[in-house]
Amino acid sequence: MTKAPVNKIIPFSTVDGPGSRTSVFLQGCNLACGYCHNPETQRLCNSCGACVSKCPAGALSLRDNCVFWDDAKCVSCDTCIAVCPNRASPKVREMDARQVMAEVEKNIPFIRGVTVSGGECSLYPQFLTEFFTLAKPRGLSCLLDSNGTVSFSAFPELMKLCDGVMLDVKAWSTQTFQSLTGGDNAVVKENLRHLSAIGKLEEVRIVCLDEKVDAEAAIRGIAQTLGSETPGARLVLISFRPFGVKGDFSSLLSPSSQRMRELRELAAAAGFRRIIVK
Amino acid sequence: MFDREGTYQTLTSRELTHEQKLMGLAKCAENALEVLKIPPRTKHYFESGAINDLFEGGAPYRPRYILPDYDRFVRQGSKFLKLDPPKTLDELLFSLMILYRHVPSITNFPVYLGSVDKLIDPFLDGHTDAEICEKLRLFLTYLDRTITDSFCHANLGPGETRAGRLILKVEREIQNTVPNLTIKYDPAVTPDSFMEEAINCSLACSNPAVCNDPANRAPFGERYGVASCYNILPVCGGAYTLTRVTLTELVKEAESEGHFLNTLLPECLGLIADYMNERIRFIVEQSGFFESNFLVKEGLISKDRFLPMFGVTGMAECVNTLMKEKGKIYGRDKEADDLGQRIMDRIQELVNGYEAAYSPLTGGKFLLHAQVGLDSDLGITSGVRIAIGDEPDSFSDHLRHCARFHRYFPAGVGDIFPIAGNVEQNPAALLDVVKGAFSLGVQYMSFYSADTDLVRITGYLVKRSEMEKYRKHQPVLQNTTQLGSTSYATNHLEKRKVRMG
Repeated sequence: MTKAPVNKIIPFSTVDGPGSRTSVFLQGCNLACGYCHNPETQRLCNSCGACVSKCPAGALSLRDNCVFWDDAKCVSCDTCIAVCPNRASPKVREMDARQVMAEVEKNIPFIRGVTVSGGECSLYPQFLTEFFTLAKPRGLSCLLDSNGTVSFSAFPELMKLCDGVMLDVKAWSTQTFQSLTGGDNAVVKENLRHLSAIGKLEEVRIVCLDEKVDAEAAIRGIAQTLGSETPGARLVLISFRPFGVKGDFSSLLSPSSQRMRELRELAAAAGFRRIIVK
Repeated sequence: MFDREGTYQTLTSRELTHEQKLMGLAKCAENALEVLKIPPRTKHYFESGAINDLFEGGAPYRPRYILPDYDRFVRQGSKFLKLDPPKTLDELLFSLMILYRHVPSITNFPVYLGSVDKLIDPFLDGHTDAEICEKLRLFLTYLDRTITDSFCHANLGPGETRAGRLILKVEREIQNTVPNLTIKYDPAVTPDSFMEEAINCSLACSNPAVCNDPANRAPFGERYGVASCYNILPVCGGAYTLTRVTLTELVKEAESEGHFLNTLLPECLGLIADYMNERIRFIVEQSGFFESNFLVKEGLISKDRFLPMFGVTGMAECVNTLMKEKGKIYGRDKEADDLGQRIMDRIQELVNGYEAAYSPLTGGKFLLHAQVGLDSDLGITSGVRIAIGDEPDSFSDHLRHCARFHRYFPAGVGDIFPIAGNVEQNPAALLDVVKGAFSLGVQYMSFYSADTDLVRITGYLVKRSEMEKYRKHQPVLQNTTQLGSTSYATNHLEKRKVRMG
């Protein structure tokens, strides 16, 4: 079975899709968004060892030039994450689908589904396919939370198992997307079309932050792309919050509630009927 | 023997209201009578604390919990109260308010107000939502300010009704502690949308709690009510008495597990059964209650629908004491939980072997009840709950533990969970958890939001703000504030593990 680096598993998440779900956060992302609220999931540990001496619980050590994390000693203070110069975490476990499913099993029958998030989950399509193959027969709905930079149409088997994708659109103009994330959004737009066409667009999200995100253009662009599907699509407008953010963006302010109201109205005018502002 | 000092203290207290003094003085008078035969070994266990009759008093003159048949009252009115059957919503609410005033119980207040949504719903035609809400607001406020004891319960569900939805709406807004509300939940009958409203109401004001309707219909069919603190009892009847074994105290005399299971438990539980029968016989044969009370005469209650509740509490400390050498903890270690199950199996076997007087509905049996506690319970964990601080890290392990132990208690058992505040934006998530828990056999759950003013103590609700007043020695309207503030402080309720965060 294929292994994937797992940052953490939240047994009962109430914020990663409908109902009660077990959320699996995979490590590693192909973007580096300025506003990322869990930047420690962006890269894989390079074993520089900077965190080892800082751990107050002695849960970290260097073994064969690799950082080793002792789960039993860890007090979850996250000092290692705060001091990491590499936007990574030493508390990552390589797990295969069966091992992840064993964790999920503990939460049945108290959950209705699983959500895989990240990092960027679509970097691990083989793992996802294997995991959903195990989860589906247990009656669990299977959702992905993705930045949409990997083309889902290339993985038809995965998409057959997946019940929906929560797609983070981030920005509309190529330039704004590039300066916000360091990446390109051509594939995101293609995914938006594709997921809508196959009925697997669970929701579309935009994190709103004035001057850094072209939210208006994104709202209009998404509506144009979805066309007649716009009224039925769930649009989530998330107000930027500096919580957890590292670097330049950590000192930026959240948009005002007045601004969020304006964006909601704009979305309604663009044809959205299911708008959620968070 | 007459307790002169206690009587004087009650009479001159600066912290009790007039009404609370009056009831305290009545208890002093009752306790001056010595009408029950209590053998020396029973006295010994009373003194050790292993047997506790929850302040029922020395000469019982009414059943402990009374669940009138309010449907019948609405159909026929009351000759004694000179009330015709109500024809309008106003008449209904006034009639209920009048009847509630005359329903006795161990607290001297009604502990059961009926399935209020079903009672009210047929009277709503021709009224707007706004009119109904205004009437409900007055009705519920009257109940909260005059039933000054939180051990009072109204029921909702399992069907969705307009009345049910409006009661939830008003309840959320007025944030009262009385009455407690329980929604009977049957996944086959109750729509998800109604349950989600109920759960959001629960996160806003700690009411309603959720009762597993299919599981709790088992003992008496559909004619059951949830009264006081999670007591599942027959409507048109109730409970004569409730005496509990406090395992926390009984285990202190144990030399070994075998000695506990085979010597202490049989002796102590046998004495409790005898003691409850002694109480039942006094109520039925001597007190005159069933001959004189108008509730009986008008068919709102019936002697053949009463039963005795056999209370069990303090399982956590009992197991932990017997496991002391091995250092295993109830709720965390399999070996400890297995011992808990052996103890419950033994209790069930013994209690089923006793003959209860005047209890035809249960075929002459006592019914087990997981008793939630008293303010004086220091270091005694309610019923079969896991001790605060020992809860498993995993919520699902906790729920599986509940399911394993709830099944022993047909007369009521429940667990309380503080829930992370942000769950309000996704009540379906908590409903998923309830569905899963009920499918495994959990019988009753209550929730409160980790950051609300209304805190569930052992079963009843108290406001943090009122407890603060009482701690500053100011009189407070509800007696349960006094009970709650002691319990909250000594049992470290602030340390309950918050779930779904």
